Amino acid sequence: MKNSFRLRRSLLYVPGNMPSMLQNIPIFESDAVMIDLEDAVPYSEKDAARTLVQSFLNTCQDRNKEIFVRINSLKTDWWQQDLQAILPARPDGVRLPEADSPEYVEHLDTVLTEFEEELGIEIGHFKILPSIETAEGVINCIKTARSSSRLIGLAFGAEDYTASLEIERTKTGEELFAARTRVVWACKSAGIQAIDTIFSDVSDMEALRRETTLIKTLGFSGKSLVNPRQIEVVHEVFAPKQEEIDYALQVIEAIQKAREMGTGVISLGGKMVDAPVVKRAVKILKTAQAHGLIDMQLDEEVIYGHK
Amino acid sequence: MVTNSLGRQLPETFFGKKVQPYQDPYNRKPVGNHATRHLRRHNPGDNKLLDSLRAAIEVSGLKSGMCIATHHHLRNGDALLNLVVREIDRMGIRDIRIASSSVHPVHAELIPFIQKGVISGFECGVNGLIGEMVSRGELDCPIIVRTHGGRARSLITGEVVVDVAFIAAPSCDCYGNMNGFFGPSACGSLGYAFTDAQYARCVVAVTDNLTAAPVAPVSIPQSLVDYVVQIDTLGDPRKIVSTTTQVTRDPVGLQIARYAAQVIDASGLLRDGFSFQTGAGGISLAVAEQVRRMMSQAQIKGSFGCGGITGYFVDMLEEGLFRTLFDVQCFDLKAVESIGRNLHHQEMSADTYANPFNSGAMVNLLDCVILGATEIDVNFNVNVNTESNGYLLHNTGGHSDAAAGAKLSIITAPLLRGRLPIIRDTVTTVTTPGRTIDVIVTERGIAVNDHQQELKQELIRRKVPVRDIVELREEACRITGEPRPVEFTDEVVALIEYRDGTIIDAVRKVKE
Repeated sequence: MKNSFRLRRSLLYVPGNMPSMLQNIPIFESDAVMIDLEDAVPYSEKDAARTLVQSFLNTCQDRNKEIFVRINSLKTDWWQQDLQAILPARPDGVRLPEADSPEYVEHLDTVLTEFEEELGIEIGHFKILPSIETAEGVINCIKTARSSSRLIGLAFGAEDYTASLEIERTKTGEELFAARTRVVWACKSAGIQAIDTIFSDVSDMEALRRETTLIKTLGFSGKSLVNPRQIEVVHEVFAPKQEEIDYALQVIEAIQKAREMGTGVISLGGKMVDAPVVKRAVKILKTAQAHGLIDMQLDEEVIYGHK
Repeated sequence: MVTNSLGRQLPETFFGKKVQPYQDPYNRKPVGNHATRHLRRHNPGDNKLLDSLRAAIEVSGLKSGMCIATHHHLRNGDALLNLVVREIDRMGIRDIRIASSSVHPVHAELIPFIQKGVISGFECGVNGLIGEMVSRGELDCPIIVRTHGGRARSLITGEVVVDVAFIAAPSCDCYGNMNGFFGPSACGSLGYAFTDAQYARCVVAVTDNLTAAPVAPVSIPQSLVDYVVQIDTLGDPRKIVSTTTQVTRDPVGLQIARYAAQVIDASGLLRDGFSFQTGAGGISLAVAEQVRRMMSQAQIKGSFGCGGITGYFVDMLEEGLFRTLFDVQCFDLKAVESIGRNLHHQEMSADTYANPFNSGAMVNLLDCVILGATEIDVNFNVNVNTESNGYLLHNTGGHSDAAAGAKLSIITAPLLRGRLPIIRDTVTTVTTPGRTIDVIVTERGIAVNDHQQELKQELIRRKVPVRDIVELREEACRITGEPRPVEFTDEVVALIEYRDGTIIDAVRKVKE
C-alpha cells in the first residue's frame, strides 16, 4: 500500500448532458464524480454533451473532489473525440468502459501520454479507472489490474456483467459473488482500489445499505453511485466504528512508544503490534479523519519510522 | 419620502395612514390600551341563528367604507371570503377593505370586485394573482402586508378596526360556540380567528356543520359571537395542503437540510427542553426529519413544536420527542385529525403565537426556527414577499415573528434558483431584518451573522463549510452572471409592515 491515501468510497455518476446536474457537482459530498459521456447520453446528444462537459470543467477549476469522465468505449467511434474535448480541461482521469482485456487500458494509456505531452501536462496526470463489466473482463481482470501505472482501481459493473451472462441481477447479489471476489483479488494484488457496481433502485436505501455492507466485507473500498441521495448511506457504512477507532488509537500510541524504545514491534493487550497492524490502524484513523470522526495529526515519521 | 433605518424609501402616508418608518426589531414601545368595542346584551331566548349570509350582512350593519375579515385556515380551499364579497356586491355595498388573516390564489375570484370598486384595499398580505396584478399596475388596490403576529397586534391596538368578522366555523352550534376540529370542512386550529372574535365590532360565525348546542370542545365561545349563519360549504379542506408537505427528494434540498441539521447540532440548543418551529416546505421537513433522528438517537425530550403544524410534528409529539405542540394553523389533514383528539396538541391564537405587544409571545420561547426566503442580501435581510420579477406574490406569514423570537433563526434556501442567484447585494423587498437572522444555509455553504461568533467558531471547528456571505454571493454570480435589475416606477402599491407596526419596506409598481 502506498503512503498516499485517498478515500474513494463514493463515485457519483453525473450525466454529461444535464447542465442542471453538472452545476451541482461541487455541492455533493461524494469522494469523486464520474461525468458520463457514455450510456447516459443518447447518440443525438454526444457532441453537445462533450462541449458542455468541457465548458463545465473549464469553469469548475477550484475543485473539491476528484472528477473523472466516463468516455465512450474504445470499441466505438466516439472515444477519441471525447478525449479531445475534455482532456485540455484537465479532469483527474478517465473511466474506461468495457475494459475487457489489458490491451484496452494499454491503448488508452498510450493515447493519454500523447495528450499529456501535447498539452504540457505532467506524464501520468490522467488516471484510469477501467470498468470490468463482462465475463471476459472478469476473466482478464487480474492482468488488467497491472496494465498501467495510471490505474487507481478497477470498477466492477454488474448491469452489463449480468447482461453478458444472460441472467437477471438480484438485490441480494448471489450471482455477482464470484466476479466481485475476483475483482477484489485483482485489485488487492496490484495495490489498487476495488470499486463496486451501482445500485440502481434509488428509493430502496435499506437494500443499498445491505449491499454496501456486503461489498465492504468483501474488500471493496468504494462504490459507484447513480444518485446523490445514496452518498450518505455509503459513507455511513464505510465509516469506521468507534471501537475500531479506539483500538487504532491504542495501536498508534503503542507503536510510538516502541519507536521511542528503538523497536518496531510491541505487544498490546497480549497481541503483537507490527507493521501490518500499524498500517491497518493508520488506514482506519485516516478514514475516521476523513469522516470527521477524529481530529488529530498523524505523524508519518513516528508511525512508520521514516518519512 | 421618508427613509427607515435599513435605508428603504417610504411614502409619508399610504392608504390614508401616516407611515412609521422601521427602526429596529425590539425597541418600539406600544402606548395606550387595548382596542374596545361596544358592550352587548343577549337575553335568554334571543336568537342568533340567521338564514342567510345576506341577512347576517344586513343585521351586522356593514356599510360602504367599512372593513371585513375572514381567516385563512382552509387556505386555498376557502370558499367563504369569495361568497361574502359576492353577497356584499349584490347588496350594492362598495369601498370595503379586507383585513383577512391571508388571501390565497383561490381568492383571485375577487379581482372583478376590486375592479368594480366593491373592494378598495387589503389590510393584509396576499398570495398569488392579486399581488401580481397590483405590482403590474393592472389593479388599483393598496395592500398592507402584515405578519401573523403583526395582524393580531393591529387588531388589538385598534390600528385596524374590523367592522364585521365572518368566521368560518367547521363545527358550530346555534349560539355561536365553535371549533375547527370536526365536520366536513374541519381545518383544525382556529388560531387566526381568535383576535377577530375578540376585537371585531360584529362577529358572524358561518358554518356548514350546525350541531346541537353546545359544541364540544369550545374553541371560540358563544360570548364573543353575535350571529350564526348556516351555508352549504365553507370550502375544501383537502386544499389546506398547498405546498409539498413531503420531505424533499431533491438532492440539493437534502444537502441544505443536512447542513441546517449540523448547524442546529452545533448550536448547543438541541438538549432536553428543545423547542422548534419549521414550515411545510420540502426542505423544512427534511430538516425536521434530521432533527427527529438526532433527538431520537440522543434521547432528547423537547418541550414544544410551534407555528403551523404538519403531520411530521404530530409524529414527533406521539414519539415523545416533544411534550406539546402549539398550533396556530394546521398545515395538513394529519395535524387536523390530531388536534381534535390529543390534549397535548394545543390550539394557539395568533396573539399568543407572535404578537410583539403582549406580555410575551410563544415565539420568544423558541430555540430554533427554520425559515425560507425568495432572496437574501449580504446584510442577512430576507425577502419572502416579492420575487426576482418584482411582483408581490407571497404573504409574510410568521416569518419575521419567529425570526425575531427564536434564539437561532436559520434561513434555508438554494443559492441558485433556476438561473438566479438568491443572495444579492440588496433584496428587492425587505420582509425580515438581518438583525433577527442568525444563519443562512445554502447547498454551497453556510453564512453566519456576525452576532453569532461562538456558533461560527464551533461550525468551523466541526468542519462544516462556513463561508462569508459576500463570497457566497460572488460564487452564485460567477455561475449565473449578474442579473439585470428589475426596474420600478415611483408608485408605491403596497407596504410591508414589520410586526411592531412600523414599515420595513414599500413595494413599487414594476416598469414594464
